[in-house]
Amino acid sequence: MNLRELPLEDIRHRLAGPGLCLRTGPFTVRIRSRISAVVDSLTLLYADHPVLADEVFCDFHVRLLRPLGLRRWWRPQVKFAFDDFVPFKPLPYDHAFPMLEWGLNWSVAQHAHWYLVVHAAVIEQKGRAAILPAPPGSGKSTLTAALVQRGWRLLSDELTLIDPETGLVHALARPVSLKNTSLPLLRAWAPEAVFGPPAHDTLKGTVAHMKPPQESVARMEEPAHPAWVIFPRYVPDSAPRLTPHPRAHALLELAHNAFNYSALGSCGYDTLARLIATVECFDFTYSRLEDALNIFTRLADGP
Amino acid sequence: MAPDLLLRLLTTPAMAPALSAAQWDLALRQARRAGLMARLALVVQEAGVPVPAQAQRHLAGALTVCKRLQEALAWELARIRAALADTGAPAVLLKGAAYAAAGLPVAAGRLFGDVDLLVPREHLAVVEAALLEHGWAPMKLDPYDQRYYRQWMHEIPPLEHTRRQTVIDVHHNILPRTARHRPDPSLILDLVRPALQAPGFFVPAPVDLVIHCATHLFYEGETDRALRDLLDFDGLLRHFGPEPGFWDTLVPRAQALDLARPLYYGLRYARRVLGTPIPGEVAQAAATAAPAWPVTLAMDWLAQEGFRPKHPSCRGPFTGLAHFILYLRGHWLRMPLRLLLPHLLRKALPRRAPRPVDRAAIL
Repeated sequence: MNLRELPLEDIRHRLAGPGLCLRTGPFTVRIRSRISAVVDSLTLLYADHPVLADEVFCDFHVRLLRPLGLRRWWRPQVKFAFDDFVPFKPLPYDHAFPMLEWGLNWSVAQHAHWYLVVHAAVIEQKGRAAILPAPPGSGKSTLTAALVQRGWRLLSDELTLIDPETGLVHALARPVSLKNTSLPLLRAWAPEAVFGPPAHDTLKGTVAHMKPPQESVARMEEPAHPAWVIFPRYVPDSAPRLTPHPRAHALLELAHNAFNYSALGSCGYDTLARLIATVECFDFTYSRLEDALNIFTRLADGP
Repeated sequence: MAPDLLLRLLTTPAMAPALSAAQWDLALRQARRAGLMARLALVVQEAGVPVPAQAQRHLAGALTVCKRLQEALAWELARIRAALADTGAPAVLLKGAAYAAAGLPVAAGRLFGDVDLLVPREHLAVVEAALLEHGWAPMKLDPYDQRYYRQWMHEIPPLEHTRRQTVIDVHHNILPRTARHRPDPSLILDLVRPALQAPGFFVPAPVDLVIHCATHLFYEGETDRALRDLLDFDGLLRHFGPEPGFWDTLVPRAQALDLARPLYYGLRYARRVLGTPIPGEVAQAAATAAPAWPVTLAMDWLAQEGFRPKHPSCRGPFTGLAHFILYLRGHWLRMPLRLLLPHLLRKALPRRAPRPVDRAAIL
């Protein structure tokens, strides 16, 4: 059963009580919260995700709540708890849903050590995946959101999960986080895309989440073969340029961007070495989404 | 069953096949909270019991990380040895690093944090200087903290390596100078043995490892790692028990070190909580250090609460109170009130130093 088939009352009831068990790629997450912004955004943005019965094994138990204390009345806040462990300082109450998304990213990056978890977006076409590692502000999420609205499948906009045993990448198919000026850009690019309400003045400015395409969620259990590692960079007014990136350097960049590279020891290195040997590596600078789409389509259509 | 699920699974892994998915879920949450995920992974692996795939991958991940930490510890020990090479000071490892360096079975599946080092008092200055020269730096720069450690504690302020962020605690004794009990460190230093897995280092004699483990356990106000430490104690006793002379010398040694009380508690609760096999006459001899019966009764209750994982599913109506009493007890044993109260007051006052930036919110 998908979340959209569950009546809103039921969703609210589960979130307030035993927790709502959602499947996102290889993970089952139990979420609890009484915060209406969390209820609403989950209902909207995770509508296509499978809901599981109560008595299942959950990988992560997370909770969003209002901390007790006087601030509750004066300047309300929201707290993220992993089981009952609180890894971050509270945020303003309006940032509840972005905090859930950041908290889920943290949960995966901190605990899913059966994958090498790289801070990178990953999208797929025709069974081949493009991994896009890039520092914040490089336009990685914008590019990802734009491409998955035009035929690419979303695996993740933040976390690339590489299975050390198979070398395949696994999907999360979670909402894509978009910031500031990329919001109106994406609304114009894909008027049919669904966005959650924007949260203003977060650590990253204004943030809103785009609902993952239904097909990406339906196929989230399907892993993909990594085929490209592409370092995107948004440069205003630039012509699109796709240039080879040295493999050895790409490996170091991926290692640097992996959350659990050192925790995995030699297994982390072996996983990346194997991946790098089978992919093509590029730098990609662009300014217009149209150009990016053309280049990525050419890649996907290539040999 | 819920509060004791992890404990039962650790002591009786044969029950694993009877667990439902929801029970595995709970057992792993308790294990994660108690820092025992990798230990649990090894226990079920050795018992050869089936584990559902969803739980197995969490356990396997914990084992991978644990293995990596052990490699990192070996590397760290090599760096410390190189730093201390010219000091001529005998470096004795304590606790987790000692178990690993001695190649003891309790080191398997154990996570490692700081390296604890014991050196003779007269070598303290030269050891500290050598470490500072080789890239370690004091973590506590506040003059009050510096004075607190040097005047009252059994260790110098912790040193952190500026590039690797690893931490060494250099001790000159195993309890603070201000503590209720006053062990003589030279007794421990006299009987140290070469560490088989870490050339150049020493480890305390088996009886001293056991007594120190109990002392740490019953002097510590923090209960986060209490179950892990009790499992260490249990593992040490099971490993050293068959060695000739071990049981005969254990209690007299604890008396000589003025640590008979913590040993008594350790033996009592290891047997109660984990079913550790302890010869009757040893338990009897240790009981001469028992407190008055009302105190024992209170300790029984505190121990029952304190040795549970700090997970919400293990929390009863009085668990919070028990943890608070254990916290006060830990402080009270380490420092007399006339020193403790001003210290806690000082710590409670707001500091002027800027608070560290929260770098956790990275995504």
